[in-house]
Amino acid sequence: MPIEIDIAHVARLARLGLSDAEMESYKAQLGVILEHAARVQSLEGEPRIEAAHPLGLANAFREDRSLPSLDRDEVLAQAPVALDGYFVVPPALEIE
Amino acid sequence: MIASSLSEAGRLLRAGDTTASALLEEALEAASRTEAQLHAFLTIDTEGAREMAGQADADLADGIDRGPLHGIPVALKDNMCTRGVETTAASQVLAGYIPPYDATVVSRLRSGGAVIMGKTNLDEFAMGSSTENSAYGTTYNPWDLSRVPGGSSGGSAAAVAAGSSLLAFGSDTGGSIRQPASLCGVVGMKPTYGTVSRYGLIAFASSLDQIGPFTRTVEDSALALSSIWGYDPLDSTSYPGAYPDPTAALDRGGDGLRIGVVTELSGEGFEPAVEAATADMVARLEKTGVEVIEVSLPTFEIALSAYYLIAPAEASSNLARFDGIRYGLRVDGSTTEELMARTRAEGFGPEVTRRILLGTYSLSAGYYDAFYGQAQRVRAAIQEDFARAYSQVDALVSPTSPTVAFEAGARTSDPLAMYLSDICNIPANLAGHPAISVPIGLDEAGLPIGFQVMAPALGEETMYRLAAEVERQAAFSLSPRALGAVS
Repeated sequence: MPIEIDIAHVARLARLGLSDAEMESYKAQLGVILEHAARVQSLEGEPRIEAAHPLGLANAFREDRSLPSLDRDEVLAQAPVALDGYFVVPPALEIE
Repeated sequence: MIASSLSEAGRLLRAGDTTASALLEEALEAASRTEAQLHAFLTIDTEGAREMAGQADADLADGIDRGPLHGIPVALKDNMCTRGVETTAASQVLAGYIPPYDATVVSRLRSGGAVIMGKTNLDEFAMGSSTENSAYGTTYNPWDLSRVPGGSSGGSAAAVAAGSSLLAFGSDTGGSIRQPASLCGVVGMKPTYGTVSRYGLIAFASSLDQIGPFTRTVEDSALALSSIWGYDPLDSTSYPGAYPDPTAALDRGGDGLRIGVVTELSGEGFEPAVEAATADMVARLEKTGVEVIEVSLPTFEIALSAYYLIAPAEASSNLARFDGIRYGLRVDGSTTEELMARTRAEGFGPEVTRRILLGTYSLSAGYYDAFYGQAQRVRAAIQEDFARAYSQVDALVSPTSPTVAFEAGARTSDPLAMYLSDICNIPANLAGHPAISVPIGLDEAGLPIGFQVMAPALGEETMYRLAAEVERQAAFSLSPRALGAVS
């Protein structure tokens, strides 16, 4: 059964600005890979163990104690655009 | 080469027969001789490394001995953050990124007196099996320069094989340490999930990623692991309990161990030379007193399928952070969403894009249960298969890779063929178990063949015990001929 892929929707969800030609090419490749991956559906029955941490760890909590954080200027020095101690982004809301 | 292993280098250092600075200069010289052909490194930090070597020598002179890695030149896969040294994960999206912190593994190497000489090439974000997906050019195999070194930690494997480093670290999400170790004729090891901190490792698939060593000998591998593993509060999946001693049983031999040869990791797709070398090693082990049985783990047949749903799903989430805002590349847009979409389209290479799309798809509404959810059930079933097998045997063995190193370009246009390179490695990742590749010989074309030993979670002592016996039986000490005399 061919696998249905709305590639434009998937690219939008993934925030990948692909051209139409790129989308077509990826769609074809994904089809082949997903057809192989669909073999997981051949597993019968429900496994008894949970596929979580192999050593059985659940949630980990640290002590509620403040520690020094990374140096702000050193962190912001890696930002493509920073101003007055902030990361700069285009407006998130449309401005009238 | 002054020393053929890091344990030997350590003895020479402590006997005063060499210095950390001399070991470093030798490694730098080997790199300068081979790099034009291999391209194993993305960054060589000559100045920083000389400073560390000088400090290591000064410390030893003052009677300060920081342990087995003291004064040893080390190379790191370029997906481990090194404060002040560019870290790119071989991606354009991180070109020029200077981490403001060290990965825990890097801090431990520093406090252990290691000399960090540089950052090695990889498939972009560790996604690949040939190191051809690097945004900064392919790495080649020191045994045959027309072939790939494997991947994704191909640079680290090639650096150790070529003698430009006695020790390198890689990360293994679905074979990315063991497969290149096999293809380059060195020892490569993936520890139990949760035993080596992932803090500062640029995440690919968080439930699978583990850092581990590339070395020339099994003993070196055990020493290197002892130096980096242990509980780290900065990694919420870090194991807080008691750890085994990887070096404890290296000399015990295999007599009395019971091992299982995995039926599913043979047959179609496996090269005859690989199968013959594996069978020969199993027969040799049997002669030393190892009891051998054949075991079947039927879910291994669908492990690759589960992996190519789980790993991309986690990657699609982890790589959402590369959005052009906090670090790395930015391609401007009129809205934040446009900026992100343009940055990511330009910054990620084709394999990374493919996996993000694949992961996004398998997590999306309407497909989640049939793909991602079902893959998680397969993962649990694989763990059950392992548990059944380990109720009968102490360790499982197989080839590390179904083939020897393949020609550069041979699989780049067929993603599925590339994915099949890791078929022997992926089950241990899905279960979180330790596994190691040990070189056991060459095929008729002179290309290395690796033997994989798998053990249950925290079974490193037994895994290394058997691996050491494999190494003794193989007596593999050849060096790559493509580069001439390197050792």
